[in-house]
Amino acid sequence: MKSLLPFALMALVAVVAFYAFPYNLAFLTRVVITMILVLSLDLLIGVTGIDTLGQAALYGTGAYAAGLFAVHVWADPVAGLLVGGLAGAVVAFVSGLLLMRTHGLTLLMLTIAVAEVFQELANKLDWLTGGADGLGGITMNPVFGTWQFDFIGQTGYIYAVCVLFIVTAILKVVIGSPFGLSLRGIKDSPARMRAIGTPVGRRRVAVYTLAGAVAGIAGALAAQSTALVSLSVYDFQVSAEAMIMLILGGTGRLWGALIGTAVFMAVHEVAASVDPFNWLFIIGFLVLAVVYAVPRGLIGLPEEIRRMVGRLK
Amino acid sequence: MNLILSIITDGVAFGMILFMISVGLSVTMGLMRVVNLAHGGFAMLGGALTHWAMMQMGIPFLPSAVLAILAVVVLSVPMERVLYRPIYKMGELPQVLATIGITFIMIAAISFWLGATLMPIPLPAVMQGSVDLGFRTLPTQRIYVVVVGLIVIGGLFFLTERTRFGIRLRAAVDHPGTASCLGIDTSRIFSLTFALGAGLAALGGIMGAELLPIDAYYPLRYMVLFLTVVAVGGLGSITGSFLAAMALGILDTAARYQFPEFGTIFFYVAMIVILGLRPQGLLGKA
Amino acid sequence: MTGLEVIGLNKAFGGLTVARDINITLAPGDRKALIGPNGAGKSTFTNLITGILEPTSGEIRLDGRDIGKLSEAQRVKAGIAKTFQITNLFKSLTVRDNLRLPLLERRGLTGRLIRRSDREGGVEDEVESLLSQFRLSDMGDRPVERLAYGQQRLVEMAMTLALKPRILILDEPAAGVPSSESPLIAEAISGLPQDLAVLVIEHDMALVFKVARRIVVLVSGAILTEGTPEEIAADARVRDLYLGASHG
Ligand SMILES: Nc1ncnc2c1ncn2[C@@H]1O[C@H](COP(=O)(O)OP(=O)(O)OP(=O)(O)O)[C@@H](O)[C@H]1O
Ligand SMILES: [Mg+2]
Repeated sequence: MKSLLPFALMALVAVVAFYAFPYNLAFLTRVVITMILVLSLDLLIGVTGIDTLGQAALYGTGAYAAGLFAVHVWADPVAGLLVGGLAGAVVAFVSGLLLMRTHGLTLLMLTIAVAEVFQELANKLDWLTGGADGLGGITMNPVFGTWQFDFIGQTGYIYAVCVLFIVTAILKVVIGSPFGLSLRGIKDSPARMRAIGTPVGRRRVAVYTLAGAVAGIAGALAAQSTALVSLSVYDFQVSAEAMIMLILGGTGRLWGALIGTAVFMAVHEVAASVDPFNWLFIIGFLVLAVVYAVPRGLIGLPEEIRRMVGRLK
Repeated sequence: MNLILSIITDGVAFGMILFMISVGLSVTMGLMRVVNLAHGGFAMLGGALTHWAMMQMGIPFLPSAVLAILAVVVLSVPMERVLYRPIYKMGELPQVLATIGITFIMIAAISFWLGATLMPIPLPAVMQGSVDLGFRTLPTQRIYVVVVGLIVIGGLFFLTERTRFGIRLRAAVDHPGTASCLGIDTSRIFSLTFALGAGLAALGGIMGAELLPIDAYYPLRYMVLFLTVVAVGGLGSITGSFLAAMALGILDTAARYQFPEFGTIFFYVAMIVILGLRPQGLLGKA
Repeated sequence: MTGLEVIGLNKAFGGLTVARDINITLAPGDRKALIGPNGAGKSTFTNLITGILEPTSGEIRLDGRDIGKLSEAQRVKAGIAKTFQITNLFKSLTVRDNLRLPLLERRGLTGRLIRRSDREGGVEDEVESLLSQFRLSDMGDRPVERLAYGQQRLVEMAMTLALKPRILILDEPAAGVPSSESPLIAEAISGLPQDLAVLVIEHDMALVFKVARRIVVLVSGAILTEGTPEEIAADARVRDLYLGASHG
């Protein structure tokens, strides 16, 4: 039952936010979608120790897949999510066969390159993707044929929050499973995992595929809720900011991903509206402060404070 | 024929720029096993300071460039001490993060000071125009770039092969543990290397401003470009950086001439192929 | 034959040859020790057997089948396991999780996504019995990194036993274990199933003579001699080379 407490808290925050910021639902929806993206990154970086800067490749492909599916096949939102997730998983699996053989700087560079290649491809295939103009003309059917997407974004927000809950719950179960334990083992010592008979390479491809599905779902949600997919879904910035949000919140426990995303995007929203360059100052110092002062992220802050207080006594 | 010549001269010039900017990054990353995403910031600073000295102070090109490079070198020392030292011992992830943070602050600082617009560096008269080689003409600026690049390579070769500092540097890159056991002061070597790398990056930024225009977002825009040279060349290898810079420079130029509609796709595909086959880079240690 | 058969194994790191035409057999029930001075190539030999390193030439057979092409993981599944000379554990995980992982892996359960990892009845029973065998029950829920080094060595051994190998290689299992706990290691070795093939690498001669029925001496990557403990103790070359050195 203790494990349900964070979910109750999450629900509470989601409801409060809904009533407290009725005119910012589009922004709140973006936050929720980004949370799903950052969760997928936590599965890789935080749980398995796979450092990647290419989450945009998976996210962007999910977005385009869901957008194209809605335009050309069927505008059902839930079916679109599944298509987006599947597309993300397929891209992750295929690219993962190469990527997951590498580590360190090489892996970082290769993941960046894969996202860049996808961006160029999407640009090149403009007859399909709309190129630099973006993919428009997405109009979604009501969710489950019942709830119409409205202009203020109430349906969109509630729909995204529900997806976030489901994704978080599934990832919680996965992390607690034998598979999840083996991922944590890989993070601590891939060499030892091999020595107990785990095919580490295949396991890494498997978790990359799973993360691809989650990132693809996030992309699909973004496509559905903004009714537009642009080339910027593949931006390096998408991957880099997701990483910053994750480390800011704290890795490996999912809740950190949620907290980091919320704090980062809230600070961004406020600071960037004041002055975009001050925003870069603020985020720069924020990032340095996290690395130097709270390396375990905001989620480790209570413990850090407790330890400092303990030392004072 | 003419096209091939253009591709080769422009490609070699671009490769020289990439090499000057990236070589310091490669050596420092090989030496301290630190992932540094902020290195392009030094190239930007070099260019921005030269622009400022020329346009606002009215100083001619050469003294402006020299002053800018010196200023970058001087600035890089305390930066290394204060910002980089604490992250050497951390994992790769905090290093990525911290250096992204440093990049953001550099961007914000430069745009706060000089604005976010393009910062042109007017070439002095001697570097303008073109030279007639008999069989064809070449832009003078390209020739300067290649000559300066060759001087840098020669200088680095002399430094690493013929001086005590160079011998220690190579020892520290190849066997960090052993080197410090032998009483080699690796942290001093790193400070010096870091400063030298920053200075070379500033030089590359100034010389390359025609090809990679200077503005506040420069470090973010070309971050991947410089890191690719390092990764493809192999961490810590000067020769590797040179080969990678030349290969990528010529490839990218050729692709721009021949298939401009494909953008940078050739560049990234080449990188994926090379790193897929040799994850440690062309001349990196396994 | 059944068991492990190593034929003409060679390994060089660049110019340095660390395994020179090594021939060793390890049949079910064997209790062999591999001894030799520091840097003789003992750990390298274990890494060649388990597939961490690839030999320059030579053959490794298990029950007559060439396993030289199998991956590390496949060799574990085939029944070969070793402990690491330098403790290699899942540091941030608890002792129990460290033991669960090999147990789950052995049963082919680590691909499961749904059930909780600490709810597999059979696995949990084995975890508890290994904990009590190595007197680690009190610290089962502590992260391994908070354990004393000697206790980490015990976890190292317990993890490897959890794989229930048929060929067990122990690389200096007692190194770093305080003398109060070292009987646990000897006990664990003597308590191993009789049909298991065991190769133990040790510098602690008391332990070697207690558990080994045959001893192989490795010098500079080549086998100097092999014999019973009595023969080895009486061998002048060995005494000069190895025992002589350590007994002053
Ligand atoms: N990856 C490697 N690359 C190069 N040389 C290596 C490598 N691994 C081991 N060596 C060298 O091979 C030799 C044998 O090392 P090994 O660890 O096998 O010795 P050992 O017999 O286990 O010694 P000890 O009793 O100290 O554990 C040593 O000289 C070592 O320096
Ligand atoms: Mg050894």
